[in-house]
Amino acid sequence: MPERTPWYHSRVSDSAYVASGASAASAVPAVPAVVPTKTMALRHSALVRVTHWITTLCFFALLVSGGEIVISHPRFYWGETGNDLTPTLFKLPIPASRNLVPTGYKFTLPDANGWGRYLHFQAAWVLVFTGLLYAISILLNGHLRNNLLPAKSDLSWRTFSTAIASHLRFERPSAAEAWSYNVLQRLTYLFVIFVLFPLIIWTGLAMSPAFVSAVPAAVNVLGGQQSARTLHFFVSLALVAFLLVHVGMVWLAGFKSRMRAMITGAMITGRASANRAGTTAGTNMERT
Amino acid sequence: MSKISRRKLITTGLAAAGGVAGLGVATRLAQKYGLVPPDHGGIYGLGETLTYASQRLLTRHSLAREFSTSQISKRPFPNEVEPPTDEFKRLQAGGFADWRFSISGMVARPASFSLDQLKSFPPRTQITMLQCEEGWSYIAEWIGVPLSHVLDVVGVLPQAKYVVYFSIEPDTWESIDMADALHPQTFLTYGMNGDKLPVGHGGPLRLRLPRQVGYKNVKFLTHLTVTDSMKGFGKGLGGASPEGGYAWYAGI
Repeated sequence: MPERTPWYHSRVSDSAYVASGASAASAVPAVPAVVPTKTMALRHSALVRVTHWITTLCFFALLVSGGEIVISHPRFYWGETGNDLTPTLFKLPIPASRNLVPTGYKFTLPDANGWGRYLHFQAAWVLVFTGLLYAISILLNGHLRNNLLPAKSDLSWRTFSTAIASHLRFERPSAAEAWSYNVLQRLTYLFVIFVLFPLIIWTGLAMSPAFVSAVPAAVNVLGGQQSARTLHFFVSLALVAFLLVHVGMVWLAGFKSRMRAMITGAMITGRASANRAGTTAGTNMERT
Repeated sequence: MSKISRRKLITTGLAAAGGVAGLGVATRLAQKYGLVPPDHGGIYGLGETLTYASQRLLTRHSLAREFSTSQISKRPFPNEVEPPTDEFKRLQAGGFADWRFSISGMVARPASFSLDQLKSFPPRTQITMLQCEEGWSYIAEWIGVPLSHVLDVVGVLPQAKYVVYFSIEPDTWESIDMADALHPQTFLTYGMNGDKLPVGHGGPLRLRLPRQVGYKNVKFLTHLTVTDSMKGFGKGLGGASPEGGYAWYAGI
């Protein structure tokens, strides 16, 4: 079993997936160990990968349809009510898809609220089910505890400042970092999963006149239906900001290897020796 | 490796079979309890059905939020009104004295009411929000008669499932299920903020349905029919909105 120095303390969850040439060797016990040139190991579980890409798909569907809905009334208010005759909190400097909205533009965009709303709610449903599956699974299988919650010892200013400084220098993360999330990454993911996603669902539901008839507190504590709409918009901006940083970091860390890891699950360990004996040279992947 | 694959295969197979069986049972139950909307077909049928079914389970009897008099919007936005038809102009010139609202379909006593007759029923008021699917809103006091009262007068037959309602404007019609039709806040509205319902807001008669967004709150109401199926109406999707690409259920 090739040794991999755990970068992130001595947690064992990731190393449980470490690859080796063992299976190839055991298949032919009499022959000296055949070690592949390139060894792959499982970085992301199937559950993480599948939920990640379903979430990605839903997120884009929600973003596009959300944009379509917003352009029908690109004005925002605070409190319970707001319309074309009342003052705004702010306006987006864009044309609208409805001709009665005073935008300052002399033309209207095509109206897409019909399919926009259908798609928005359908994607929201798929996202909610996917999110529930993910959240329950990571609670039960230890992924949350082992790979997402930061170690107590890492919640210190020193760890933070070191991590922030290295991010600010746009340092390419070390090879070891490919195997475990750093403390900033962990906190960001936790924030997105357990704060931003619940908030976007809550503020969305708070706009539904039927839902709030059953659960009026959902909108009352937000300060009103228009406040909920404005907050929904801001939380969606925060999620878009996360998406941009997330993709930027993936790019910086190595787009190809990270994308491969999230699609196939495999990541090159880069630790196998170059024994080219036998015919099994090439990649060997072992999953637990 | 092979053992794990077999185990995975078996569990995946069982989960898939369970899923399909569960889906079948869920569909049967959903149809039995009226949780499938008329526009359940097509690529957005899944989301639409989930939204309608879950909201119907959660909100069958819940009341839309009501507000205080001080929260009534000073400037309610009337939104676009189609140019009135000649028929509308003629009725308007007569002060809507000849406006008729008729009820047909699965009722014991089909009837036609004048505005005065509707006003002779015990009036009710509600201070509720009107929300447009575009995103804007206002709060107003709405005065009218609960639709359930009028439906009691005409005697709805037990097999009734939907109420389909029509505007004087051509091709403007929508429908709701009986849970919404009999809901205490569903009004035949003829007054607003202590006055007559202005034409801009749908006067002389508008269906007020505060748990669904604006487009289900049809203006210039002239006719209503009670049915057990949407099949005979237009494309069978339940209204002009779903035929124009908008969801039939608009409680969200």
